[in-house]
Amino acid sequence: MIEYLRNWFWTYIWKPLPDMPFGDWMESFVRWARDAWSIFFDGTETFLESVYTGLTETLLFLPSGLMVLVFAAIAWAAKGWKLAATVGVGMFIAAWTPYWNETMETFSMVLVAAFFATALAIPLGILAAENRTVSTVMRPVLDFMQTLPGFVYLLPVVMFYGIGVVPGMIATIVFCMPPGVRLTELGLRQVDREVVEAGQAFGASPAAILARIKLPLALPTIMAGLNQVIMLALSMVVIAGLVGGGGLGSVIVSALGRVEMAQGFNAGLAVVILAIFLDRVMQGLADRTPVARAAELAR
Amino acid sequence: MPAIAVDSLYKVFGKGAKNAVAQLKRGVPRADLAAKNVTAAVIDHNWSIEPGETFVVMGLSGSGKSTLIRMLNGLIKPTAGTIRIGDVELGSLSSRELRRLRREKISMVFQHFALLPHRTVVENVAFGLEIKGVDKTERLERAREAVELAGLAGHEYKLPAQLSGGMKQRVGLARALAADTEILLMDEAFSALDPLIRQEMQDQLLDLQSKLGKTIVFITHDLNEAMRIGDRIAICDGEVKQLGTAEEILMHPADDYVAEFTADVDRSRVLTAEAVMEPCGTQDTSALRRIEPDVPVNELYQPVLDSKAPLLVVDDNADPLGVVTPRSIIKSLAFEPETAADGEEERQPA
Repeated sequence: MIEYLRNWFWTYIWKPLPDMPFGDWMESFVRWARDAWSIFFDGTETFLESVYTGLTETLLFLPSGLMVLVFAAIAWAAKGWKLAATVGVGMFIAAWTPYWNETMETFSMVLVAAFFATALAIPLGILAAENRTVSTVMRPVLDFMQTLPGFVYLLPVVMFYGIGVVPGMIATIVFCMPPGVRLTELGLRQVDREVVEAGQAFGASPAAILARIKLPLALPTIMAGLNQVIMLALSMVVIAGLVGGGGLGSVIVSALGRVEMAQGFNAGLAVVILAIFLDRVMQGLADRTPVARAAELAR
Repeated sequence: MPAIAVDSLYKVFGKGAKNAVAQLKRGVPRADLAAKNVTAAVIDHNWSIEPGETFVVMGLSGSGKSTLIRMLNGLIKPTAGTIRIGDVELGSLSSRELRRLRREKISMVFQHFALLPHRTVVENVAFGLEIKGVDKTERLERAREAVELAGLAGHEYKLPAQLSGGMKQRVGLARALAADTEILLMDEAFSALDPLIRQEMQDQLLDLQSKLGKTIVFITHDLNEAMRIGDRIAICDGEVKQLGTAEEILMHPADDYVAEFTADVDRSRVLTAEAVMEPCGTQDTSALRRIEPDVPVNELYQPVLDSKAPLLVVDDNADPLGVVTPRSIIKSLAFEPETAADGEEERQPA
């Protein structure tokens, strides 16, 4: 019986159908789009590439030993001597591995991707906080962006940009943006209604209320969002090694391919050290916002 | 010209608000609307406030008083009726003009202070001036003056988190004073404070008001507070139940609703010699001790006990108005107010 059905389907449905065309359609669409919007794709590629290259060269300008001190100094400025010591030791270990250049490449990719993600996320978050419709439309889109496995983003960007650093960064920007938008919206919506009302009662314009009341009060929450953006960017930038993204990701991908335990571990260690540095420094900066300091005083 | 005048003012929340106003005008009770999820917050308010007057709106929570005060500066739009600030009708203003009006004419003090936690006291106080576009040196200078006026000298550079509740509200008051507007709206300004601090703030407000002569609209749910600071009081429950001076409300409550409130009031503090005196009759008044008509009753206990004879109440021209005796005081304090409604019932045939 089953056998009969199988034959029936084969003879009357599958056999007369041509080959499945969706993939071809998608491919021709991408080819068409690449040509039609080439100015956009070429423009973003050149732009991101040059920002990335410039930053990486800057980071690699000083010898690694001196850069370790620079990182420690940043940690000291952001939080204090304890973090400076931790970061100093960590970065020293990263510089001790054979992958210092790759570490700096990865760091540079994270900074560039997180910067542009933030530049998109904060205005979107403000829009969502001020406008219910925008918020309602944006929520499922953000859910979708956040639940999609990271490396799924690699496919479309590779189709548009080929392989290399730029597609990795573009995928990273898309992947790490949602918490930035969400926490900006949340932070702005959480601002005490009475304080906003005070602004209105004294005749402040909506723009002045945003700039002088809502944004300063939401800043600690927004900073928490940025911290998440940066952490997601770091994880995605490593995955971007799959499409030739360079940096520690490429080291880890090649270690995976050849089952090189030592190589993989060293590169992984460098990723962890970067993560600790970025997380704690962002935390330190968040604690320094005026509102967070005022809250500290209240305790 | 009155500083603020409202005319058949309505505010209804919920679906079909306009329709609800029409129903209210036909006399449909508020509770019937509430059953349909339509909340009538402000019903048919008609009153005006003269410049320099302290007008208190008193009511329980849900009586629409917060809605009312927010309509006076245009934060909430009325469903029907008009509001005039001086000669300007609020409904005719664009949102830009409305913001200008708020900057120049009306400031507000909030129940929970509504201060910016990351700004120092002077920076908070300077907020209104900052929005007005006053330059930094001048606005901080004027803010410092307001801080001093509000009794916060020495705390200029503290953050709100370092201040007690009463001090925070002084900052809120200073912020409103610094904006230098004719009208001051105070929304349950002292309700979040401890009783002692509250009394202190009331005294300070009275003191400031005697110096500055602002037009104040004060919202409260505490009738004692209302009677202490208000020149006139409007007792509200959606609609205005009674509008008058403290004495009028105490001596002649309009209905049972108002009478119930007045039961808790410390009458000896509100009633004055004038309100408790009896006619002089034919007795010789030349030897009696003289008092002014606006002395509160609680300051008369000792004098009336000390002197064997009655006290003579005299006006500005030293003409006798009446006499105060222990008997007249006890009578007026023990007086069970007869509401206008009770009177009507009695007049009806059984």
